[in-house]
Amino acid sequence: MRREIPLAITFITALIMIVSFCIPHAPFGSMQDVSLKWYSIIAGFTMLLGVDSLIHMHSVKIKRKKEGWVYSLVLILGFALFVISGIIGGIRFGSAMDIRSSFMYLYTYMIVPLQSTMFALLSFFIASAAYRAFRARNMDATLLLITAVLVMLGRVPVGYQMWHSFPAVAEWIMAVPQMAAKRGILIGVSLGSLAVSLRIMLGIERSYLS
Amino acid sequence: MSIFEKFEKIDRRFIFLLVALAVLTPLIFKVTMKIPISSPVKSAFKAVDTLPRGTNILISVDYDPASMPELQPMYRTLLYQCFEKGLKPVMIVQWPLGLPLSINTMAEVAEQYNEMARKEGKDTVVYGRDYVNIGYRPGGVAQVVGIGKEIRDYFESDYRGTPLDSLPMMKDIHNYDNFALLFALEAGSMGDIYVQYANARFGIKIILGMTAVSAPDAYPYLQAHQIIGLLGGLQGAAEYETLMKRPAFATMGMTAQSWVHVLIVLFILIGNIGYFISRRKKRS
Repeated sequence: MRREIPLAITFITALIMIVSFCIPHAPFGSMQDVSLKWYSIIAGFTMLLGVDSLIHMHSVKIKRKKEGWVYSLVLILGFALFVISGIIGGIRFGSAMDIRSSFMYLYTYMIVPLQSTMFALLSFFIASAAYRAFRARNMDATLLLITAVLVMLGRVPVGYQMWHSFPAVAEWIMAVPQMAAKRGILIGVSLGSLAVSLRIMLGIERSYLS
Repeated sequence: MSIFEKFEKIDRRFIFLLVALAVLTPLIFKVTMKIPISSPVKSAFKAVDTLPRGTNILISVDYDPASMPELQPMYRTLLYQCFEKGLKPVMIVQWPLGLPLSINTMAEVAEQYNEMARKEGKDTVVYGRDYVNIGYRPGGVAQVVGIGKEIRDYFESDYRGTPLDSLPMMKDIHNYDNFALLFALEAGSMGDIYVQYANARFGIKIILGMTAVSAPDAYPYLQAHQIIGLLGGLQGAAEYETLMKRPAFATMGMTAQSWVHVLIVLFILIGNIGYFISRRKKRS
């Protein structure tokens, strides 16, 4: 029974969701509304679980003085700082999201530059990786190389200055061969998802139970 | 080792230095270039520009500071366009870290617009009457489907906790039927969800603004007319700025990106010359 009950719940819930998606009228429509609201509420609580797991993991690391525990300390202090500034913002201005609050100040002058810097580093690594990886070793690599160069030049204004048809060539690559490959992948992924969903619904795939 | 063989093994610190110079120089000296306009951006612009005054438009701000340089210029220009055309934007956020960005930019653009409006004797825009930000709620897919019926089931209040019904603009807004279109600014997969549920099920017209890396994913939707316009990366943002005749960060950034692209192409070329020469030497 420990296995059969969860399997039955999965099957019935999936069936309700499928039927209510196809027939959004009473009584199925309201069943779907309730399920969607439950989903939203559960998604909210998963955030709490995430916070709990994060704090627990880093607290243990600090307690046991594991390698890099100082970073964990910075994380927990940062977390506390944001929570406190959020609460203060809520009390002083009615919402932590008020643009005058310390929470927004911390976000604008800490999170924004930190995340932007991390992402900006990517351009340096991409340039270096492109130089190393794009070698015309065989026919496939040569095709990839030529396409990459055409798209790279066609998607920037300097390409247009070099040759007015560069953007049109890049657009054609994106809208025809690229799109055809993407659509093929998309259809494959969708069919795969459908098959896995059916397997879960019918109880053939049970790995989520363990 | 000959000079050509050295081409194959350029020190990556040298590449980094040149990339830094290629990015910084045009930004410091504010060099701009003519931006060619692509048809997906043109149709996106036209779709917004031809909406009658007073039309509601839903803007989904789904990115964080990592994708901000590409998507923020789109958001900024779009908001300005809405204010100028008398459209009524409702902002919704699906990424928790995107909420402060959406609020800050909304406040900045509104202030900028109001300053200009006062100078030119036009009507200013007021929060709650002309634009609203309903903020972030967890639940992604469920929320996208649920809004098709009633927005208040998921968003009882705006980002500051003000009940939606007390905001004049929101009184008659209940679901997708009350919006002329949805402009989604996406750094992740929410664009797919909007197309699969909001468009396929509820028929709302969608325009996607995406990061350059994820824009290719949207081409099948564009070809199937599931979206009516597409802005891809900084180039898309620069094109939108050009169409709005308000060149700003994206237009300037495209010069930097142009230079870096040319630099990468040159490095690829040099690397291949070195590769072929050293291969020929090895064979002989």
